[in-house]
Amino acid sequence: MKSKYVENCGSWFLERFPMAKLWNEHMAQYYAPKNFNFWYFFGSLALLVLVNQFVTGILLTMNYKPDASLAFDSVEYIMREVPWGWLVRYMHSTGASAFFIVVYLHMFRGLIYGSYKQPRELIWIFGMLIFLALMAEAFMGYLLPWGQMSYWGAQVIISLFSAIPIIGDDLSLWVRGDYVISDATLNRFFAFHVIAIPLILIMLVFLHIIALHEVGSNNPDGVEIKESKDPWGHPVDGIPFHPYYTVKDIVGVAVFLFFFSTVLFYMPEMGGYFLEHANFIPADPLATPEHIAPVWYFTPFYAILRAIPDKFAGVIAMGGAIVVLFLLPWLDRSPVKSIRYRGGIYKKAILLFVISFLGLGYLGMQAPTAGATMMARVFTAIYFGFFLLMPIYTRWEKTKPVPKQVTEQPTLEDRIPGFLKSVDKMTKDVPVQEHGRTVMHKRPNPTGIANVGVSIAKKIKGSLD
Amino acid sequence: MKKLLQSCLLLLMPLGVFASAGIELESADIDLTDKASLENGAHLYVQYCLGCHSSKYIRYLNLSDDFDIDQQEILDKVAPEGAGIYDKMLTAMNRHDATKWFGTPPPDLSLIARSRGADWLYSYLRGFYADPKKPLGVNNAVFPDVGMPNPLWKLQGTQQPIYETVDGQEVITELERDENGSMSADEFDKSVNDIVNFLVYAGEPAQLERQSMGKYVLLFIFMFGVIAYLLKKEYWKDIH
Repeated sequence: MKSKYVENCGSWFLERFPMAKLWNEHMAQYYAPKNFNFWYFFGSLALLVLVNQFVTGILLTMNYKPDASLAFDSVEYIMREVPWGWLVRYMHSTGASAFFIVVYLHMFRGLIYGSYKQPRELIWIFGMLIFLALMAEAFMGYLLPWGQMSYWGAQVIISLFSAIPIIGDDLSLWVRGDYVISDATLNRFFAFHVIAIPLILIMLVFLHIIALHEVGSNNPDGVEIKESKDPWGHPVDGIPFHPYYTVKDIVGVAVFLFFFSTVLFYMPEMGGYFLEHANFIPADPLATPEHIAPVWYFTPFYAILRAIPDKFAGVIAMGGAIVVLFLLPWLDRSPVKSIRYRGGIYKKAILLFVISFLGLGYLGMQAPTAGATMMARVFTAIYFGFFLLMPIYTRWEKTKPVPKQVTEQPTLEDRIPGFLKSVDKMTKDVPVQEHGRTVMHKRPNPTGIANVGVSIAKKIKGSLD
Repeated sequence: MKKLLQSCLLLLMPLGVFASAGIELESADIDLTDKASLENGAHLYVQYCLGCHSSKYIRYLNLSDDFDIDQQEILDKVAPEGAGIYDKMLTAMNRHDATKWFGTPPPDLSLIARSRGADWLYSYLRGFYADPKKPLGVNNAVFPDVGMPNPLWKLQGTQQPIYETVDGQEVITELERDENGSMSADEFDKSVNDIVNFLVYAGEPAQLERQSMGKYVLLFIFMFGVIAYLLKKEYWKDIH
């Protein structure tokens, strides 16, 4: 009797809402390529972190006070007096850094497998807008604890607007709502951080996924799976997202949560990279910290800003570093998508790009010295060179033939025996006298290490051709 | 004299200036499971620091709860006379007076261990030396020209700096005790370590909880991961 009642309620709902259609289109009958590798975990992980930020953020707003005289104390109140407040706060602060880690890796995946190329340009554009919104969200959120670094970081970044000719000073005044960062700034940043930007973010994520499901996912081979279908009209190389990728992504979630929780429970400050030491001093408009550095995820762009001698030109370069990413689908003229079938020039270019991006990230954290600024200029040139010269070097690169269907590559599990073997090569058993007995101990083997090093170097060199 | 003192201190007090010096930081031995050390640290803090520096996010009740010590014992042995168990560790120094005397009020120390680090605090508290050029007659090797006297001079006695010339500049490389206090050097180091231990606790009382909880969370996630992996393998066994 009771079950019949529930069933009726269910069908009443289903007759009025396309639940089954949505589920099938986006989960059970959404065909994804079967050859996704390690790099394909980060999209779903970004979604997980987004949910984490929403849930913990809502809980934090229940005790946080967006008021310049109360904000700092209210954060400490959450850390000390609110039951489990410390856990919620650390989940949120660690989540912010984790968000950028997974998003940077997700973007890098797009870069190496050409996921931004035709017909997926719009997915990339939506993704870049998400990245932009995320940067705004993180920047505004960082002001809220009202520590010294919150305050002075915001002061430095907002003063960049004043470098714009003619309207600059009025613009930065309008953004701050005051002549310096103050209570007015804190209040409006709070409004943007908890309402405006999250709404934009969730909308963009929706558009990103809808656009993806319209054209279908790319894959490490850069092959369009829709081009070879079986008699039932399903892609030969495709498998339903649910259950295959849902169960696979859960494994990724477990691995991610393991690292996330390690940071959360044992090193929530991450040595001053996730929570900066100076931010445990309440904001003081009269005392400028000796060294102002943004949080790690902004440092590559901050380094570009500092590398340019002129302030306004620096602001333009920093903005340009993001704008060129938007243009990526049209800068890349190569006929192939995946790095597996690209020519050697592109592989070397991407290696240089990664080195310069990481280098800029490091330099952005350091105090600017003459040598560091010189390095930052070289890296900035490489960063822009990678994108702006792309129309030239991708057009004439010698690509390899792309297969008709996706290929099978060794998975992470397949690589374990090989890895153990090379570990074996790098050690040797040495007899050691212990309590009168001879015991074999594993010790590093220099020739073995050298051999493995040489073979890795050869492999890298080979893969760059 | 008071005016001179005041103007000197005004110049010397900016917080957040991470001054470097020739002396290397000594590492503090932090052990938050050592309740006796934490209790002694809290006791010494109340005796020698609380006169000027509050630790406003800590209540005496927190000490009783977190160090597993009877409330009455905290009131008798740690808290200043007249303090109640629910009181915060506030200083008796009037903020207005402090501003007048020192130029800026002595900072609250609840979070000092998180902004400065344990090793810095340990070295700083051991780093005072006699310097007749300074208005208070002392200077600090870790925080040069600090505007604070050595609060522990009765315990430590006084120290003289030993200079060495490095790159044409006179740099302090070592401090030597020339007048004994009520404690031997080892006893003193232990006491300073207890204070720093207490400050590290005060910076984040939740760390007692989170570190002991972490291993169970990680164990759970690991087991969850193993099951998820086996589930994935089962589902994927037909995919080639």
